Amino acid sequence: MSVAVIDRRCREVVTPEGVVLGFRIASRSARAGALILDFALLFITALAGTLLLLFMASGLPAQLETSVSGAGEFLFVVWTLFWFFLWNGYFIVMELGPRGATFGKRAVGIRVAARAADSRGGERLTAEAVLARNLLRDIELFLPLVLLMVAPSGESGPAGWAALLWFLVFLLFPFFNRDALRAGDLVAGTWVVEAPRARLAEALSTQGAMRDHASTLTGAAYRFGEAELSVYGEYELQTLERVLRENRAEAMAAVHQAICRRIGWEPGAGDERAFLEAFYAQLRARLEGGMRFGKRKKDKHDGG
Amino acid sequence: MKAPVLGSLFGRKDAAAPPEVAAAALRSDRFRLEREQDWSRLEAMLGRIEKGRLRGLSDADVMALPALYRTAASSLAVARETSLDAATLAYLEALVQRAWFQIYGPREGALAWLRRFLGGDLSRAVREVWLDSCIALFVMVMGTLAGWMLVARDQEWYFSLVPAQFADTRVPGASREALLETLRVEETTGGLTAFAAQLFQNNAGVAILAFALGFAFGLPTLMLLVHNMAVLGAMLWLYHEAGLLLPFLAWLGVHGTTELLAILLAGAAGLHIGRRMAFPGRRSVLAAAADAGRRGAQVMAGVVLMLVLAALLEAFPRQLAGTEARAIIGLFMLAMWLAYFYAFRGRHRSGAA
Repeated sequence: MSVAVIDRRCREVVTPEGVVLGFRIASRSARAGALILDFALLFITALAGTLLLLFMASGLPAQLETSVSGAGEFLFVVWTLFWFFLWNGYFIVMELGPRGATFGKRAVGIRVAARAADSRGGERLTAEAVLARNLLRDIELFLPLVLLMVAPSGESGPAGWAALLWFLVFLLFPFFNRDALRAGDLVAGTWVVEAPRARLAEALSTQGAMRDHASTLTGAAYRFGEAELSVYGEYELQTLERVLRENRAEAMAAVHQAICRRIGWEPGAGDERAFLEAFYAQLRARLEGGMRFGKRKKDKHDGG
Repeated sequence: MKAPVLGSLFGRKDAAAPPEVAAAALRSDRFRLEREQDWSRLEAMLGRIEKGRLRGLSDADVMALPALYRTAASSLAVARETSLDAATLAYLEALVQRAWFQIYGPREGALAWLRRFLGGDLSRAVREVWLDSCIALFVMVMGTLAGWMLVARDQEWYFSLVPAQFADTRVPGASREALLETLRVEETTGGLTAFAAQLFQNNAGVAILAFALGFAFGLPTLMLLVHNMAVLGAMLWLYHEAGLLLPFLAWLGVHGTTELLAILLAGAAGLHIGRRMAFPGRRSVLAAAADAGRRGAQVMAGVVLMLVLAALLEAFPRQLAGTEARAIIGLFMLAMWLAYFYAFRGRHRSGAA
């Protein structure tokens, strides 16, 4: 929206209030990274739990081979259930939480959301949807991986190869659709989107040369005319905004040079920031003034 | 309950000292500075909600949340048309999105969901997959018959059908005593809890697989059902030949009615998805799949619960009770499930209001 290049991962959802929300589909690499993080975490937890239970079991008095002690059996039951609920429950419980994401997804900044139906606006993420998307993980991930290891050995014969091809369809499913849905997402009506957490940056026009167009350093006032401001558009303005916010001397000097060349001024040195601030404030005032009358200028190539 | 005064104090504390609005040279920056405090208050509240600390919010905050969300949303709509400040726009987009997720997110807790689930949603979902349940039942009966008839014709089939772990002493030609021994009553409960936990884990895995395979237009689910039931058919024949059909049925039925019903439902839920994707009707395939998938997931949650019960029944009453008690428990469980799924209407979804 703010960038001139059309983003292929952007989707727009209309909320019940009529506000258009922009979502970005999470990239496949981010999701793979999140999955690897989650599995690493699960593995470590499972290992720690197992070791803890083993440690507790080692403290039990030695038994005869045939009889099973009550305490040992209890530990075994705990271990079996711990294992089952860890691998099946972790994703479901975490994705049902307020952040809609497992620890891995949080780390890479993505979350699960209900997919917007074509005609309706955004929907609620329900418990059923989260259940459904996680119940399919077996056939999408574990079966294909097992078959990938088994089939080439030739043990299972042609049936193994057929099964491998069949399950590869599920494994590679996210690569064959626009929204990067995996089979579980398709069945649950969900998708995985980026969950940006931006901080509110300073308002730029309260400081320095933005306000009175004059440098605090030299006292020189920078005023730009209509012809000088009309060469640039929104894209250049927002690039300039980034340069000002980052506040790096070399970048500011380079941009200062480029602007002076473009508008035919003689570039000076030492007062770049004040020049850029004044130019930014006046260009933005001009472009925003145009916006209020429905006139927008995308970038320097835009005639409007 | 906290006094509303605290809420306003909290709101004031969290907002940074605002720069003077008049200091801004640009109209769009003045617009932003005027609303900034509301945004930061919303952001602070969202941070708490996302951390799951809803109790840290005062009543005044909870009341203010929807209003603050709408303010931020309309600020975003205005800013998109009047402001070229990329940083502020990005912040607002992210803020409104986060607020939207909280306001339209899953707000009920696990307990509320469980009550709604057991109080009607589960049995409704099961009723909604009735056609698929019928198909699964038909396939399972056919699988059992096929297993029986194959082995009756040629006993070699027994060894290719029944996995090695069941074919210990239970092989064609085994004596009646050897078969009776496999149905005996245990004297103690030693080791049975562990047995139950393992059974549950194994069966739940199979059920989840049956469901997941339904996604491939249901065909693999059918194959899985046929294969498992053929094993059962073969063993039924074996005990029938030894004249032990009834004790065997009772031995199996004590937990089998629950377990087979659970597997039937898991298969039906999988089939339901496959069928809806193959024949989506007027809707798009995606919408049909999502709809069927959520319904299937409800059935599956019920299936996991049933399997927990089945594993307990399998470990204790089956090993400890005699033939009559086994048969009675099995039939009672079957009647109970059927009544719960098909006769229990529960409250309507809108009934809570």
